[in-house]
Amino acid sequence: MASYRLNIMICAGTGCVSNRAFQIREAFDKEIRKNSLEKEVLTVMTGCNGFCAAGPIVIVQPEGIFYQKLTVKDIPFLVEEHFLKGRPVKKFMYTPPKETEPIPKMNDISFFQKQVLIALRNKGIIDPEAIDDYIARDGYAALSKILSKMKPQDVIAEIKKSGLRGRGGGGFPTGLKWELARKAEGEQKYVICNADEGDPGAFMDRSIVEADPHTILEGMTIGAYAIGASKGFVYVRSEYPLAVERMHNAIAQSKEYGLLGDNILESGFNFDVDVIQGAGVFVCGEETSMIASIEGKIGEPKPRPPYPVEKGLWGSPTNINNVETWANVPAIILRGSDWFSKIGTKTSKGTKVFSVAGKIKDAGLVEVPMGLTLGEIIYDVAGGIHSDKKFKAVLIGGPSGGCLPADCLGLPVDYESLTKAGAMMGSGGLVVADEDNCMVEMARYFLNFTKDESCGKCTPCREGNAAMLDILTRITQGEGTMEDLDLLEDLAHAIKDTALCGLGNTAPNPVLTTLRYFRDEYIAHIKDKKCPAHECRQLNTYTIDEERCVSEGHGCDVCRRNCAYDAIMGEKGKAHRINQDKCAKCGVCYEVCKFAAVKVD
Amino acid sequence: MKDERLIEAIEKHSQIEGSLLNLLQEVQQKFNYLPKEALQEISDEMNIPLSRLYSIATFFKNFSLTPRGKHSIHVCMGTACQIWGGQKLVERVGELLNIKPGETTEDLSFTLDTINCPGTCGLAPVVMMDKEIHGKVTRDKVAALIKKYQG
Repeated sequence: MASYRLNIMICAGTGCVSNRAFQIREAFDKEIRKNSLEKEVLTVMTGCNGFCAAGPIVIVQPEGIFYQKLTVKDIPFLVEEHFLKGRPVKKFMYTPPKETEPIPKMNDISFFQKQVLIALRNKGIIDPEAIDDYIARDGYAALSKILSKMKPQDVIAEIKKSGLRGRGGGGFPTGLKWELARKAEGEQKYVICNADEGDPGAFMDRSIVEADPHTILEGMTIGAYAIGASKGFVYVRSEYPLAVERMHNAIAQSKEYGLLGDNILESGFNFDVDVIQGAGVFVCGEETSMIASIEGKIGEPKPRPPYPVEKGLWGSPTNINNVETWANVPAIILRGSDWFSKIGTKTSKGTKVFSVAGKIKDAGLVEVPMGLTLGEIIYDVAGGIHSDKKFKAVLIGGPSGGCLPADCLGLPVDYESLTKAGAMMGSGGLVVADEDNCMVEMARYFLNFTKDESCGKCTPCREGNAAMLDILTRITQGEGTMEDLDLLEDLAHAIKDTALCGLGNTAPNPVLTTLRYFRDEYIAHIKDKKCPAHECRQLNTYTIDEERCVSEGHGCDVCRRNCAYDAIMGEKGKAHRINQDKCAKCGVCYEVCKFAAVKVD
Repeated sequence: MKDERLIEAIEKHSQIEGSLLNLLQEVQQKFNYLPKEALQEISDEMNIPLSRLYSIATFFKNFSLTPRGKHSIHVCMGTACQIWGGQKLVERVGELLNIKPGETTEDLSFTLDTINCPGTCGLAPVVMMDKEIHGKVTRDKVAALIKKYQG
């Protein structure tokens, strides 16, 4: 392989692609040719770097210089200054908030410092579309090790010893699941990779598939060998087209290299993988629903037991693990269970990948050791709250999780602590809310989601969640009563206890946690008919500070022109006023006023 | 329905076990909806009852039994986008095109849908125009996007 003086690693995760990463590469290549640097400088498209807030991201190796928020027109200057004259360009580097000097190197940026990379070990370092890059980073060495030196039982023992638990949410011990699948009777067995990342507000699995699809294939092949499966499926959401494409490409490459298919590495072991694209249904992330949809049926869950490890796909023993779980497997086999189990806490070993989003400064993807606190992730890694607003809650685990207040920021991330707080680890989505977000509305939002996504098979989920949604909607419109709160709690517990599958069982969590931690907000909506965050628009009253309207905005008339209900009186240059009888409380005037003359109460 | 695109898709997917969902996705993509004649053809060729295809086509959100607009607008309703005001963007697009989520404009130029997270939460709020994701979308930006796609 030719070696280059500089390798330009351009992030090609979905976030950076949306920020024109491919056009930036074209611009780089054009400038590199123009300056005759083709033999010295190479551009590489990598998987998601993780620091999405700074996208599009480019890292210049081997120096490790981190450039952010680049545009196509910045490239000629950057190429000339840095690549030709050897002067890294400060103005494209990352400067921490409240500081003046930029940080040149990626590894010195606080976002990256507390991270420990196992599942994401290759992110940003390899071209996810090049199998040779993966192999150069010890890729498929774990597979070669087990096929030549380990019996299936040894592989299972090693995974059990490592303490690896399912990263999809439940936290079931992976080695034990494999053992059950191995012991289950059946000639044909299957393994499935669950990449149907349903939590709206999470993107860990998307990023791993996009950044390092081979690690998932290698993990699956190891798992298949351990349990005795010859066929596997990767079930990816069709909302992730780039992940689908990269997985197809990875499968084709590993088949060509003899790392997948018949007689892998001449060991006599056969294993093949196909990709199935999900079709936009949340419940298909639940394992029995996923199996039904692969079988070509509608994705409705089934009661368990029997568990898929006994009776799964087409009635055969089937082992389903989530993307991140599979991605950990090759590293554990290669580096040993002792190494892995030293990372993390007593009951939760290794690392966890989180996607951090919402009202946060450095939104993105992080991998941290289990046991780090929520506060450390939010403030030390992801830079804290987006503006100078006050932190209100962190929503962890999506529609199945909970809304935790500031008091919980000291909680370590491990399966048990989060469950005890009424939330759950979930697959790793962390969304931060600030004082402008209403927690009753948040609960209503999640319930609306689960009501829409409920498959309708069992009554508690179909009717119960709809009933809870009705109550929450009433409360956000100022029509709730204090009795509603007791009713909500009763319903929540009944649904938790009786729903058929995980979707229904966990749907009440956002309601229960907001009732537990933010009860005063519910009471403000019910008793005072007010939304403290001003998010429930039906409870707001919009008025115009007429003096300010004229003195600051010179009666700019923008609010009147944007009002769809003809509720604003006034003309350009003069004070404006809202006719409360006509006002539909849509809040558009408040949003469009650049002079803070529209007041909300 | 003897359409080459359909025959090709059936041939490709009927070989692979568990690929019915993939086949329907491809048909949806090629025709922009699932024509009744296409479902009939799949039913005949693959020996799957039409009623089962109908249940799948109506269960999964990606499928549509009626023609969709030339351009699709997906406003993200994921949690991060909700936090950043995604709901208001849906209302805004609805207002601009005079349609509700799930509906298509009369001239078949746009279909408005919500999407539960394309996974670019760092760019919230997000709107997908066809396959292109646009981040940090505002009231004005979404209006400009629609104008651009109206051509």
